[in-house]
Amino acid sequence: MNILSLFVLIPLLMLLGLWISRNLNQVRGVMVAGSSALLLVAIYLTVDYLGLRHAGATEEMLYTDSYMWYAPLHICYSIGVDGISVAMLLLSAIIVFTGTFASWKLKPLTKEYFLWFTLLSLGVFGFFISTDLFTMFMFYEVALIPMYLLIGVWGSGRKEYAAMKLTLMLMGASAFLLIGILGIYYGSGAQTMNVLEIAALHNIPMDMQRIFFPLTFLGFGVLGALFPFHTWSPDGHASAPTAVSMLHAGVLMKLGGYGCFRVAMYLMPEATQELGWIFLVLTTISVVYGAFSAVVQTDLKYINAYSSVSHCGLVLFALLMMTRTSCTGAILQMLSHGLMTALFFALIGMIYGRTHTRDIRQMSGLMKIMPFLSVGYVIAGLANLGLPGLSGFIAEMTVFVGSFQNTDTFHRVCTIIACTSIVITAVYILRVVGKILYGTCKDPHHLHLTDATWDERLAVICLIVAVAGLGLAPFWVSDMLHDSVTNILSAHLSNL
Amino acid sequence: MNYLQFFDMRAEVSLMALILIVFLYDLFTEGKERRGFHALTCVLLGIHTLLNICPGEDVELFGGMYQSYAMTNIMKTILSIGTLLVFLQAKNWLRRDDTRHKEGEFYVLTLCTLLGMNFMMSAGNFLMFFIGLELASIPMACLVAMDKYKHESAEAGAKYIMNAMFSSGLMLYGISFVYGTVGTLYFNDIPTMLEGTPMQILALVFFFAGLGFKLSLVPFHLWTADTYQGAPTAVTSYLSVVSKGAAAFTLLVILMKVFGPMVEQWQTLLYAVIIITITLGNLMALKQENLKRFMAFSSISQAGYIMLGVIGGNELGMTSLVFYVLVYIAANLAAFTVINVIEQKAGKVDMSDYNGLYQTNPKLSFLMTLALFSLAGIPPFAGFFSKFFIFASAFSAGFYLVVFIALLNTIISLFYYLKIVKAMYITPNDAPIAAFSSDCSTKLSLALCTAGIIALGLVSAIYDGLNLYAFGM
Repeated sequence: MNILSLFVLIPLLMLLGLWISRNLNQVRGVMVAGSSALLLVAIYLTVDYLGLRHAGATEEMLYTDSYMWYAPLHICYSIGVDGISVAMLLLSAIIVFTGTFASWKLKPLTKEYFLWFTLLSLGVFGFFISTDLFTMFMFYEVALIPMYLLIGVWGSGRKEYAAMKLTLMLMGASAFLLIGILGIYYGSGAQTMNVLEIAALHNIPMDMQRIFFPLTFLGFGVLGALFPFHTWSPDGHASAPTAVSMLHAGVLMKLGGYGCFRVAMYLMPEATQELGWIFLVLTTISVVYGAFSAVVQTDLKYINAYSSVSHCGLVLFALLMMTRTSCTGAILQMLSHGLMTALFFALIGMIYGRTHTRDIRQMSGLMKIMPFLSVGYVIAGLANLGLPGLSGFIAEMTVFVGSFQNTDTFHRVCTIIACTSIVITAVYILRVVGKILYGTCKDPHHLHLTDATWDERLAVICLIVAVAGLGLAPFWVSDMLHDSVTNILSAHLSNL
Repeated sequence: MNYLQFFDMRAEVSLMALILIVFLYDLFTEGKERRGFHALTCVLLGIHTLLNICPGEDVELFGGMYQSYAMTNIMKTILSIGTLLVFLQAKNWLRRDDTRHKEGEFYVLTLCTLLGMNFMMSAGNFLMFFIGLELASIPMACLVAMDKYKHESAEAGAKYIMNAMFSSGLMLYGISFVYGTVGTLYFNDIPTMLEGTPMQILALVFFFAGLGFKLSLVPFHLWTADTYQGAPTAVTSYLSVVSKGAAAFTLLVILMKVFGPMVEQWQTLLYAVIIITITLGNLMALKQENLKRFMAFSSISQAGYIMLGVIGGNELGMTSLVFYVLVYIAANLAAFTVINVIEQKAGKVDMSDYNGLYQTNPKLSFLMTLALFSLAGIPPFAGFFSKFFIFASAFSAGFYLVVFIALLNTIISLFYYLKIVKAMYITPNDAPIAAFSSDCSTKLSLALCTAGIIALGLVSAIYDGLNLYAFGM
């Protein structure tokens, strides 16, 4: 059997295991076994993939496989991965693994919670291994709907409002996406739904591209928090339970960037050249506006959510710059943001679980009370503002260097504007760190709080190792990404 | 006359035999003997379904009076499955003290309407078609008014019959225009003589209005909400799936086979009707508090989606329409089974009564959630696949805008389906409906529907099989 199918099979088995488990220990056992199995498979896949590439495999995608599913519409269960998808699978596996530990003590209805959580991760994994437009779309929607119940039932604050808003906005986006997919399918002659084959045919007429590129890009872009459709993200993230915020900001938002790159830009290169500037303006606004919004927030989760808007905006921004370096940077940014934002949300969840507030005005001096969590928070913050040695630096550096390679004046101006976000990021990160971690503790209740327990430490350490690993040794990832990015961009580069 | 021809009408003949058996059993048994009545009817209907499960070939009998395509036979089988599911969920209601004595009538009348639908679907002549339509409508009014001592039920019956008669009148008027302009009522002969003259366009519109009533397309939907609310829940579910499925299929076949030369006219007509139906149905559903009224408006918008399979007039559209109806039967009947069993056990049908249902009846809430997700078109449930295919079929014929509007409407529909999910899972309630256990036949009905919701989409064989028998214009 194809190794990629394991990414669908293991979550399915986990669902089955959760269904029949009778008590909390069994539920936890299933989750730990399943998520570690996924992590191991992802690591093995990465190593094996690199090995194959070094051995000289030159195909665009490896481990490809295809089974006919619905013959009348040429719908296949086709799978395959290139460097980008491998990186995304690894990221998702890490976050599902750490997310399991971050929700170790969640109550009530633990079993149901993990059922929906696993369904969500099934959707995410399925999306990244698919090369068929239909299955891709299907997994995308599988990943969306559990969010409603996860936020609505287990969330906090204005959870019903946030859950409904998030679900409706993302489903609205998927309506755009569906029509985009149908447009691509019929535009390319209704021969195949396979992304690779459609790209090889390269025959979507320009007038169809003009209609369906914006729809497809917007459909994925909403998930990537594209301005002005980002409003679901702060509310959703703020209300979601910890592990769901992690998975959502860490992985689900990456579905947006990945989809924009893999579907919209890859299959409709001419329209990207022609209409890309509209979205470039929007993403530039996302980047700067998100950062400014984060500065004025007082809720820890809102700060991080707006920071996600800014950083995910940077992903789309870099993709639309359409140089090889900037696109590699975009993928690095996805990985880096996924890891550090998950770390952030995990830590915020843990701090909130102790202090029962997320308002930064009510916390101070936590460094002495819970040193482990605080140090973790500082590391996450430094990664976020781009300290060399951590993942954020590598990603942002590549993004901005790559963007500057685009010599067009308009693109230059956008790049310069987007660069300002680096400074603003430093402002909001340092402000929060200074306010809640240092100084003297004002609230006497906080003095008796305990530091992280073993399950929380495990989650945090895993993520810190990954963030630092990406920052210190980025070459193996960028090696993996470089060829794949070139493949996808080939149609663009020949035009430039 | 060759009497062997009757053997080619297997579905109708075996259904008539079934009706006779049920009728005679009802006539000659009383008291304790009737305990097995429900089981007997269900088993017999099951046998009838199995007998006709093989699609067979296209046949034309009695000089073209009766035309049946393989796809028609499949549709008949699907509708008998739907009826069987309705019978299963009706047991609760039929065993109530005030309806016990009407059990036999319920079966006979329901099966009569099913027979009418069968004739309507395989008509080869407008008169035959009209008789089928009437046979499907008139007993339906009795069914709607079955709880005759309940004020709403009687009112619903009256509303239904008035509207049915009015639309039949319109349709007959339209048919007379057809006869007046082409001089024949045989489906085979009409297309060659249709030219799209104003008179024929009027005929098309009137004919469409007649079937639009059965399908509850806007602007012929006004009876729907009151009738659905007033009718006994089992009858409501029958109305919303079986009756609708039959009308949709008939409309598809007649538009393609008879009004084929006027394709541009009816596509324009459908274009407007689909957009209005989906949008209005959805918007009205937003505000409903009574679940049966809510399902009425949801089913209006679903009818609009079904029409997307008609507008293209292609092979893909026919496959997708039949598949959509099949999936819709599974999902809608699952939802109605839950509504029915809660109505019978707790006497509650308002959305607010469902608050906190998950705490007391987790399994029932879970199945309801699956059904609603399927209706909203969320993968991996069958509704997602059927919606995708029906959109693809309209898209392939170039109707981008309609598909886009329909897609935007799925978001509205998701909102109101999620409202019920929210009530069951999230909204707190101090006194939710008490825990109860359902009886076997409800469980069986739910199990079958849920199996359909899960399997129909993931197993592609059914759609592929349907596609073998589909035809376009």
